[in-house]
Formats: sequence, C-alpha cells, structure tokens
Amino acid sequence: MKTRSRPLKTRLQILGHYAVLCAIAVVCVFPFWWTLVTAISTEGNIFAFPPTFWPKAPSLENFVEVFNAIPIWSFFKNSVLIAVLTVFWKLLLCSLAAYPLARLKFRGRKLVFGLILATLVLPSEVNFLVNFITITQMSLVDTYTGVILPNVVTAVAILLLKQAFEEVPQDLIDAARVDGASEWVIFSRIMLPLITPWLATVGILTAVESWNEYIWPSIVMSKPDEFPLSVGVLYLRGTFGSSTRVIAAGTLITIVPTLLAFLFTQRFFMRGMDGAVK
Amino acid sequence: MKLAHRHTLQAWLFLAPALLLLAAFSFWPVGYGSVLAFTDYSLIRETRFVGLDNFRYIFNNEMFVSGLKNSLMFLLMVPFVQVGAITLAVLVNNRLPGIRLFRAAFYVPVVTTVSVVGIMWGFMFHEQGALNYVMMTLRLVNAPVGWLSNDSLALFAVMFVTLWRGLGWYMVMYLAALQSIPSDMQEAAMLDGASRWQRFWKITVPMLRPTIMLCSILSVLAALKAYQEVDVLTQGGPMNSTFTALYYAYDQGLKHLKLPRALAASFIVSLFCIGIALLCLRYLKPKHR
Repeated sequence: MKTRSRPLKTRLQILGHYAVLCAIAVVCVFPFWWTLVTAISTEGNIFAFPPTFWPKAPSLENFVEVFNAIPIWSFFKNSVLIAVLTVFWKLLLCSLAAYPLARLKFRGRKLVFGLILATLVLPSEVNFLVNFITITQMSLVDTYTGVILPNVVTAVAILLLKQAFEEVPQDLIDAARVDGASEWVIFSRIMLPLITPWLATVGILTAVESWNEYIWPSIVMSKPDEFPLSVGVLYLRGTFGSSTRVIAAGTLITIVPTLLAFLFTQRFFMRGMDGAVK
Repeated sequence: MKLAHRHTLQAWLFLAPALLLLAAFSFWPVGYGSVLAFTDYSLIRETRFVGLDNFRYIFNNEMFVSGLKNSLMFLLMVPFVQVGAITLAVLVNNRLPGIRLFRAAFYVPVVTTVSVVGIMWGFMFHEQGALNYVMMTLRLVNAPVGWLSNDSLALFAVMFVTLWRGLGWYMVMYLAALQSIPSDMQEAAMLDGASRWQRFWKITVPMLRPTIMLCSILSVLAALKAYQEVDVLTQGGPMNSTFTALYYAYDQGLKHLKLPRALAASFIVSLFCIGIALLCLRYLKPKHR
C-alpha cells in the first residue's frame, strides 16, 4: 500500500511545486506581457473593463510611432556608447587594481584592500549630491565622461577580478619573471588573456547595469538629444501623456537589449552572483 | 623585508587610477558632504558654517519627518523579501525540467531599468488597469482602487514594486548558498528518517544563516535608501505620502538646489545605515576562531 502510493504522492508534490512556481512566475512576468499586449494592439480601449490579455489587431504601428515621435534611435546610440565606454574603462582600471592586490607583495596592501572594502559599506546612494558638485567643477556636466566617471571603479568588480587573478598558477608568473618580463608584460600578456571568462562576466554585468542606470545620467545630462534610453523613455511619458500604446512600445524597445543580453548570458549572471557571495 | 616589498612602487602605479577615482567619487563625497551639511553652501555665495541649522530645519520640516517615517516603513518589506527569496531559492533549487526557465522569469525584474519598471507598474496600478480587474474578478475589492492616487495605499504600492524588483536578486544569493550545502548531509538526515520539513529547519536554515544575515543587512540598507521607485512611480505624491528620506534629499538638492539641507537629510540616512552596518558586523563575525 505504502509503496504504491509513493509515486503518486511525489507526482502530486511535483505538480504542486510547479503550480507555486507558475503562480510566482506570472506575477514576475505579467507586467511585461501586459506592456507587450498594449504595445502591439491597435484596437480597443487600453483600460477597457474587462481588459484584454491578448493583443487585438496586432501591428508594429506603435513602434513606428515611437521612432517618429522621439529621437529614440539616438537615445539608443547614446546608451550603447555609455555602456561600451563604461565596460572598457571598468575592465581596464579594475583589472589593473586587482592584479597587485592578488599577486604582488607591497607596503600598504592591507590598507588599500580595507579602503576598497569600505566603499561597499558606505551608503553610495548618498554620493550623487556631492558628486554633482564635483562634476560641475570639473565642467563635465552634459558630457558622457561625467556620466561614466563615477561608475568606472567599483569594489565588486575589483574583488571579482582579484579572485580571478588568484586562480592563475604561480608557476606561470615565476617563469615569466625568470625570463625577465616586467610586471606590465606579465599583467597584459599573460594574466589578462587567462582571465578572459571573468572579464566577460564583469563586462556583461557592467553593460546591463550601465544600460539600466537612470538617476545619475538624468542628473548629469540635461539636453534631451543626449539622453540614454533609460532616461529618454520617461520623456515619452511627457510628450505622449495620452498615448499609452506608444509609451508601452518605447518601453519595450528599452528592455529588449537587456533581456536578450540576459537570456544569452544567463549562466554568467548566476555565476557572477555566486562569486560575489563567497 | 626589502625583498618582500620589492613590488611596492609598481603595485601603487597599477592601483593609482582606480584609487584616484574611488577617492574622488566615493570617499570625497562622504567626507565633504558631511562637512557641507553643517554649512550654508550655495554656488552663488561665500560658504559659512551654520552648525546644526540645516538639521534643525529638516527635523522641523514635515516633509522630511514623514519621509523618514516612510523610509522606516520600508523596513516592513525586509522580512517579506527575505522569506520570499528563500522560498523561491528552495523552489528553484530542484532538478526539474524547465527549472532554468523559472529562474530566468524570477530574475528578469532585476535586470529591468527602474524607469521602465515605473512605466509598467503605472499601467498595472491604473484605476482601470489589470490589477484592479483581477482583484475585482476575485471579489477582493468592489470598486476600482486608485493604487497610486490614494494617499494611504500609494506607499504600499511603491513598496510592492521594490519587492517585485528585489526578490530575484536575493533569490540568486540564496540559490548560490543552497548549492554550496554539501548534499551528503541531507542524504544522511534522510536515511535517519528526517522529514522534508525537519531537514529544512535543522539543516538548510542553519547552513543558510550567514547568507540570511548578509542579505537581511543588505535589504535593510536598501529599504532605508529607497527613492528610485518613488521617483518613477509617484514623485513623492499623492500629498507627500510616498516621500522617503532620501527622496527628500534628492528633491531638495537637485530640484530645489538646497544642497546643505539635502546633505543634512542624507547625512541622517547615512547615520542609520552605518549604525545598522556596524551592529550587524558585530553579529556577523564568526563566533569560533
């Protein structure tokens, strides 16, 4: 009796398991679906009761409208530019900083490491007020340098890359040193190529972060033409207050790149987090 | 000694650019900001030291005081986020077909821009939006509710969106922790006849303790510093009911250019954060050495 009921019980458990998972997944994904339905429908009242959960007379009309209404293409290019520059400088500067922390013995190592760790605890959300003064005094308002500069060096990136450098076998470094290679050559010719997967991880995380950054670019940039997408999309709400469908279409254009990046590099995301915890 | 430190100069050269930027954009703002909070700094006048004036002003300002209360209200969210994230992590830590799809679904809100989140939930919370429809169909409410326009509900709506956005992030943290629990412990307990529930409370939870502590601190800090969702959903309204302390700082400093007041407000938030961080660090330290 007991042995016979067991498979049924496990099967029911699995079914229940899936039911709970689906319920939560619906809550997580539904707003995206709703936005999609709104964006590709061309007929019917958006806020009709009962609402339609399936697109009516689907077309891409609203997307075309977005391109006509706001310079979304240049928003897009601005976002790409900001993301590429941020990723480049972050990988360069943070790997430069991580290398000595991982592999060199030097005076003040503990102090430096402590200072970098301290920035994890400091409430960084509070920084933007003074950073705005700094950026103003450096005459970097309305420049992408101003948007990028404060985000280029982060403790998390340094810690991840430090861990990566620590995994490289010491023999390789010793052999290079015996051959008379300078630390710069060891770093750029031997170490960097060996940690490419980690650089990719940090790069992808940074790209998505930078793409999604909203508050700081909206503080630094004031000319609408130069907005990144994350800021520009809110501009739609101002100009198209009444046309919800166009706003929804603009919203989707904004998230598609992140979603694609996320779906194709899901493993990196989970692993990146994994590394950060330990 | 000399040999051990032979790389000093090179090491500092490698570190210099990064340290310079950290100094300029992380340490300087904290230090300089704390000083400016006690002055009447503005771009047009000479700066004078004004003691506690800014603090006196903000504590007599209803917007800041209710903002601080709202920031503390956000703390109510912490247990929900943590219990929710642990539950999710346990649920997706199974080898079931399609489980990666679910993991992705739960993580997607995390990688979405806050401005987009604001727009999407604006649709959801609309009086004739999907949420009201679902709730009316389920007979949870009789008439459409103005989630973002009702001053006693708006704060909870904003809090919910923060929860929606944060859950997946903590889930991944817990998932990583769960996967590092050696499976032989679970198997041994199973052989001893421990039930699922017993195994969860006697093995999983104790093993997760450090992660629970870490995530709880992070989410307490995040709750105190909430303001982005406020900006994109309600801009502090209706009737200032969703003003948080840091949103007050943001609003005063960058929209009204009252920088010292804004800095005083963020100084107070920072004090809360540092206090909590220190408190937690004491309890986080491993007990045995």
